[in-house]
Amino acid sequence: MPMHPVRKQRLMIVLFIVVFSSVAIGLMAFALSKNINLFYPPSKLVNGEAPEGVNIRAGGCVVPGSVRRSETDLAVRFSITDGSADMPVQYTGILPDLFSEGEAAVVNGQVQNGVFMAEQVLAKHDENYTPPEVAEAMANASAETGTSHQASCEGMDMSGNKKY
Amino acid sequence: MTAELGHIALIVALGLSFLLAAIPMLGSYQNNLLWMRSGRSLATGVFVFVGLAYACLTISFMESDFSVAYVATTSNSMLPWYYKFSAVWGGHEGSFLLWVLMLAGWTFTVACLSRSLPMVMVARVLSVLGFLCIGFLLFMLLTSNPFDRLLPDTPSEGRDLNPLLQDPAFIFHPPVLYMGYVGLSVNFAFAIAALLSGRLDSAWARWSRPWATAAWAFLTLGIALGSWWAYYELGWGGWWFWDPVENASFMPWLVSTALIHSLAVTEKRGVFKSWTILLAIFAFSLSLLGTFLVRSGVITSVHAFATDPERGVFILGFLALVVGGSLTIYALKAPTMRAVATFGWMSREMFLLLNNMLLMVIMLTVLLGTLYPLIADAMGLGRISVGPPFFNAFFVPLVLALSFLLGIGSISQWKKSKGERLANFLWLPAVAAILMGFAVAFMYGDSFHWKGWLCAALGFWVITVSLRDWWHKANAKRGSTFSQLFNMNASFYAMMCAHVGMGLTVIGGGLSSIYSVQSDVRIVPGDSVSVGAYEFTFEGTEGVRGPNYVADRAQVVVSRDGQEVATLGPEKRRYFSGGNMMTEAAVDSSIGRDLYMAMGEHLGEGAWAVRVYVKPFIMWIWLGCLMMGFGGFIAVADKRYRRLKVLRPEAEALNPA
Repeated sequence: MPMHPVRKQRLMIVLFIVVFSSVAIGLMAFALSKNINLFYPPSKLVNGEAPEGVNIRAGGCVVPGSVRRSETDLAVRFSITDGSADMPVQYTGILPDLFSEGEAAVVNGQVQNGVFMAEQVLAKHDENYTPPEVAEAMANASAETGTSHQASCEGMDMSGNKKY
Repeated sequence: MTAELGHIALIVALGLSFLLAAIPMLGSYQNNLLWMRSGRSLATGVFVFVGLAYACLTISFMESDFSVAYVATTSNSMLPWYYKFSAVWGGHEGSFLLWVLMLAGWTFTVACLSRSLPMVMVARVLSVLGFLCIGFLLFMLLTSNPFDRLLPDTPSEGRDLNPLLQDPAFIFHPPVLYMGYVGLSVNFAFAIAALLSGRLDSAWARWSRPWATAAWAFLTLGIALGSWWAYYELGWGGWWFWDPVENASFMPWLVSTALIHSLAVTEKRGVFKSWTILLAIFAFSLSLLGTFLVRSGVITSVHAFATDPERGVFILGFLALVVGGSLTIYALKAPTMRAVATFGWMSREMFLLLNNMLLMVIMLTVLLGTLYPLIADAMGLGRISVGPPFFNAFFVPLVLALSFLLGIGSISQWKKSKGERLANFLWLPAVAAILMGFAVAFMYGDSFHWKGWLCAALGFWVITVSLRDWWHKANAKRGSTFSQLFNMNASFYAMMCAHVGMGLTVIGGGLSSIYSVQSDVRIVPGDSVSVGAYEFTFEGTEGVRGPNYVADRAQVVVSRDGQEVATLGPEKRRYFSGGNMMTEAAVDSSIGRDLYMAMGEHLGEGAWAVRVYVKPFIMWIWLGCLMMGFGGFIAVADKRYRRLKVLRPEAEALNPA
């Protein structure tokens, strides 16, 4: 029995949509798997738990006194900490306005020979905000070491409890 | 007293919202005309009381009443008055009050401008909006009351408005964006009312169209303003970051773009009915999802407000109720709506269907990329983030495909178009676009860049097809073609304006991304840096003082081939309250290129880190958005939406179809 033309068209459109969206979703899943950046706290980086040469994200508090600027260009080195380990970071470029020692920062880049080569440095955008990843990493680290760090960076450097 | 008055006004508004959600809706089922009519007065009441609350909060800000907790955290007595005025929406509580004010305002507007609609429809639409008012007012009163007092320890000075927000764009961006965001609720209400009535005909589509278009136009302008602001304020030189909050506003935009096109098909041809309804539901649901993302603190973003899990749970619950409820009604009622018309493969309907599919796929990629980090976190897969490459990998080709189809679709005919006619019509614009693409690709950059050519050609294609269509339509009319060019109906100008705007945005976005040149350097007074064809000479810095900050301002002279073309004065500001440092980039804009400079840190001995960009065509992005938004407003102004009155609507109300 021939199909009614309206139904036939509807069927074709539905089939087309199904095929089109399956292909699209498949491609999306593939692209997503290539483009996710995992977050690592400094203690895991120092333990070598992060893969080298892969784009990842790290975050912690900028260790007071660790920021070293080059005399000739825009290269800068500093360390980030979660309270139990320090990770050295190397970056070339302009640091965000709210980047400063003792404050939270998130870096995107790759680990090479034990140094985090940052392509991007993000600082918190207002005084009362700690990125959730950093807060969590700090809280985990203090739970493991048994020390009572506050989850905020100010709490850490005010306490004078410089275990790192 | 002012704050208490505002608080009481909110409670009264909540009470009226309950009545608004119940009485007209019941009336529409009981055929009680009086109950249905009460919707208009109740809607006015809600608007008046929310407006009163809003006025009270504004007064608290103007008077710098720091005993109000919200004022103390977002304002400062040193702020200029216009920032005090706009600091009302500088934090979570106040911006939410603005949101509710917009919702009440749209509800009031529907009440005022619905004289030509059947009473049953008006009553149901207003009741649905009343229901939404209940949700948002409850949320505000229970979790984020802007009128909470800090007693008895009243601070003597406020903490200040975040310096990032102290910019003229902050006065316009949130209200315009919220107008769009919240405006989608009207279409949601129309969709639910249509489902309840089972009335989904071309008259319904015609009533909905101006509302959808108006909300879309506001959303377009709001997003564009935000992007332009981020471009010159953040000092990163980018105009779109795929930040979760940008995505949160972009997803409703994509769906509402699909919606305004699908509504056109529903009005003209009576097909895509249930799809249109679904889009209206999705558009508003995504705007709620955006609210959840921004206000629950689940994401890291420049926009995120300080967190409070209770708020997230409330919005998530409300979102579940709205989406679940509306989809249930949809599932029960939609199968009764049948389209009978059919259309050919090369028809305008088909191209609009493709437009909708592409927009939905773009929306899904954005949704996936935005939510995946949240899902992964909730499932214990670790903290991850999805980078811009993911979004760009889909967005760029899909938008180019959309532009290509737009050209063909906008001149195809309803039901069926002949391929031969299309070819006759399109070859000239196609050739023109290809050549213009080559011209641009050879003018910029050191070598031919096929991506630049493709973006430019497809952008120009959209424009040339629109112009060809304009000429053709004028030519087909009687009288001189030239005078007929200015004698089209508003809808046509609206469509052309918006499509040309889309073309400009595609060109601007593509070319500025491909041909931008950037340099981050250390610079001392007297030094110069070459970027592209331009030479930026740093002459030194001077101290300047603003109302609530001090700044170092650099003096930079830009020259090209030895000719001075611009002077730039980027600033590094230090705000008195909190001692925040802020970068104020300097931009010299022109139609062909932007010269952009932002200061980084002071490196000592007069040396500064600076970021310099030359960005060709970047203004076209916002120019295009402006045209799209403007096109939307022209469409809303079209007379035909007001011409078709239903005769004796009150009589019809008593005999619903």
